[in-house]
Amino acid sequence: MNIILAGVGGQGIVLASKVIAQSAMQKGLKVRTAETIGMAQRGGCVVSHVRIGENIHAPLVALKTADLMIGFEPAEAVRALPFLRPQGTVIVSQKAIKPVTASLSAEGYEGKTMLDYLQNNVSRLYIVDSDAVCSVCGSPKVLNTALLGAAAGSGALGFTLTEMETALESVLPVKLLSMNIQALWAGAQNIEEGNICV
Amino acid sequence: MEQVLLMGNEAIAMGAIRAGVAVVTGYPGTPSTEILETVARKNPGNIYVEWSVNEKSALEVAAGAAYTGLRTMVTMKQVGLNVASDPLMSLAYIGVEGGMVIVVADDPGPISSQTEQDTRHFASFAKLPVFDPSSPEEAYQMIGDAFAYSEKYKTPVLFRPTTRVCHGSASIIFEPAQAASSAGAFVKNPKWTIFPRLSYEKHLQIEDRRPILEADFSSYPCNTLTGSGKRGIATGGISYAYTCEAIQALKECRQCENDVQKNSSDIDYKLFKVSTPHPFPVKLALEFLSGLDEVLVIEELDPVLEKELIFLCGQYHLPVKVFGKLSGHSPQAGENSVEIARKAITKFLKQPNQDEDCRLNLSTLNAKHEDIHNKEESIAEEDQQTVEVIQPEQPALPVRPPVLCAGCPHRASFYAVKKAMKGKKAVFSGDIGCYTLGNASPLEMVDTCLCMGAGITIAQGLHRAEPDTVNFAFIGDSTFFHSGIAGVINAVYNETDIVLIILDNSTTAMTGHQPHPGTGKTMMGNIAEKISIPAVLQALGVKQITTCNPLNLKQAVAAVQDAAAVRGVSAVIFEYPCISIVKPGPQFTVDPEKCSGCKRCIKELGCPAITWKLDKAEIDSALCYGCSLCAQVCSFAAIGGEPV
Repeated sequence: MNIILAGVGGQGIVLASKVIAQSAMQKGLKVRTAETIGMAQRGGCVVSHVRIGENIHAPLVALKTADLMIGFEPAEAVRALPFLRPQGTVIVSQKAIKPVTASLSAEGYEGKTMLDYLQNNVSRLYIVDSDAVCSVCGSPKVLNTALLGAAAGSGALGFTLTEMETALESVLPVKLLSMNIQALWAGAQNIEEGNICV
Repeated sequence: MEQVLLMGNEAIAMGAIRAGVAVVTGYPGTPSTEILETVARKNPGNIYVEWSVNEKSALEVAAGAAYTGLRTMVTMKQVGLNVASDPLMSLAYIGVEGGMVIVVADDPGPISSQTEQDTRHFASFAKLPVFDPSSPEEAYQMIGDAFAYSEKYKTPVLFRPTTRVCHGSASIIFEPAQAASSAGAFVKNPKWTIFPRLSYEKHLQIEDRRPILEADFSSYPCNTLTGSGKRGIATGGISYAYTCEAIQALKECRQCENDVQKNSSDIDYKLFKVSTPHPFPVKLALEFLSGLDEVLVIEELDPVLEKELIFLCGQYHLPVKVFGKLSGHSPQAGENSVEIARKAITKFLKQPNQDEDCRLNLSTLNAKHEDIHNKEESIAEEDQQTVEVIQPEQPALPVRPPVLCAGCPHRASFYAVKKAMKGKKAVFSGDIGCYTLGNASPLEMVDTCLCMGAGITIAQGLHRAEPDTVNFAFIGDSTFFHSGIAGVINAVYNETDIVLIILDNSTTAMTGHQPHPGTGKTMMGNIAEKISIPAVLQALGVKQITTCNPLNLKQAVAAVQDAAAVRGVSAVIFEYPCISIVKPGPQFTVDPEKCSGCKRCIKELGCPAITWKLDKAEIDSALCYGCSLCAQVCSFAAIGGEPV
């Protein structure tokens, strides 16, 4: 199984990929991941690759082979779309993060354009109302676990929410645990309530 | 024995601990940093770990310890080896007693570096063995081998992982750590003192050693030769992983094709994996070349394996054609991928490119099945498009270059200098660190950036050519200690007018917040004497030194104006900690009633927390650190919050 996590530096993507890897290892599966670290991560595009299973050599997912893509931001989901295989699933956060360059230029960019494009080009798309989930949990920093919850809830991740919870317990410090477990379930619930699913 | 997820850098660290390393030194640099940090974190208690002031110091400290028989490791990124090359070249002659491994992480892409230099060249230049792991789990094993070879031949060895090995993670079966090697003891001997006569003798010994190592490496289990046929693929490092996947996909592709067409012919090829690019495993390479018509080399950065094979073909009169970077069959720059390997191998093995039904679809690469000898086609150009494939209906994607974080004190420092120099002839020389990002619009305050510590000296050269210009040199605290101080001495000694701007954020931020001599903390957890930057500058004879908080815009601008008026060397030290090591202050908000929509805050500062909503500025509460700079810039007092 190949998973792509795409977003902007600072959104907690590296941690999210660790949680997925931990969930896989709990079930005795082999994992490879690759992350973006260093200069590229300061507000730039960040893509994490997670690969689960036997006979996997490369840390990077090849184009058109991702079974699941978790988009932390609409435009970054569109940018990473070439990784998705036909019939692959996309979980995407509704909230756009506008880069400084977009604020400076006259055009800007709208998240809705990106979400419309995803709806037209992805066979299984789940849009997560991340603002709503984060405000329920009381922090914008739980976006990553909320999206993981949504991915697990959609069935595309292949792990149950309880399995994810166990993984969170071994990856996160205790003081952050309860808020993130809440976000995990809230993310899944957001999907069940069927915000937008194509 | 348990399965754990280890990043390549963590695997190298754990492998070194298992091998009984006793002294570990280094200087932070992406993608190498986590190696030393992991050793410090997992220190069983008997390992000495330090962030040295720079790579040269790190290598020398480790060499001294290795003279005594201890196992030592040094870590750095590829450009760090340039700084450490002076001791490296001499140490190659002097040798060591205990195993010494110099880990130098290369960065194909480059993803976070100034250059795409290839440390395998440094190995052959310095005539030192080099190990090139292809995965985190191989790195975990191979680092132990590197110590063993180092001790066997009494020479330092290089260990060169690349970014995708360093920052890739894998589930690894973990073995219990060994005890550290016994206490070192320095035995006095003339062999530790380099002299021309000794150098001559050592040079001969090193040359005599090369064929012995070439033979030894031919039976090293990580150098492998498999398969049969008239065509061969040679690869190493992470490119080996891409090659395996590409071949696997090609075989699956053949299978589904054969189900339909029944014109089966197995794909025949030899696969040569080189884990020690220098000294080259010649015996094994000759075995590989024997009976081949053609060879395809898949490697990143420079054509090192390709040239070795061409050399052998010439030396042994072998009628084998070698294809790779030199022949235009693989990209000259940038990192490899499964797609690049797949495309090159498909063409090389003369396999039809039936991608539509296969797992790995390369239609986006416009891959055509063409004659391998066709040099005209440049893969490199096409590869630029592999990730961002523009489909006709795809909306324009926002450009997202890396930027200074919201609340970053460097933004305030740059802005203060910009304001102070408005309308004046000034050139701003930058340096390596987070503050290189001051180059971005709208600040545009980095006119030059070359390498660690160069901003201070480049500014002096610029000033010699244009004495009527105010020449600024920006440098961070960690870079100042690394290699900035010598440049300041040069300016004071030669009476050059420059304005030093020290951006002191109390950490080495870009690489993930490592301590340095100004922080008063060490990797052993000790509290050390803080080295005061103003006191250093004063001792060096800098005429005017001002320390100020960059977040107080008025004071900061005045400090810069005063410094710029001084003849000789003056300095402003902007002191404010990196946002990642302090708690955020109370957040700021825009009063929509007062906001005139002039966009001044956005256009002047380019803070990622300030966005534009309809016709007003808005501050993103998830990003604002409460630095207050925007409130100080707003002409309409529309931005409010607690002043710092």
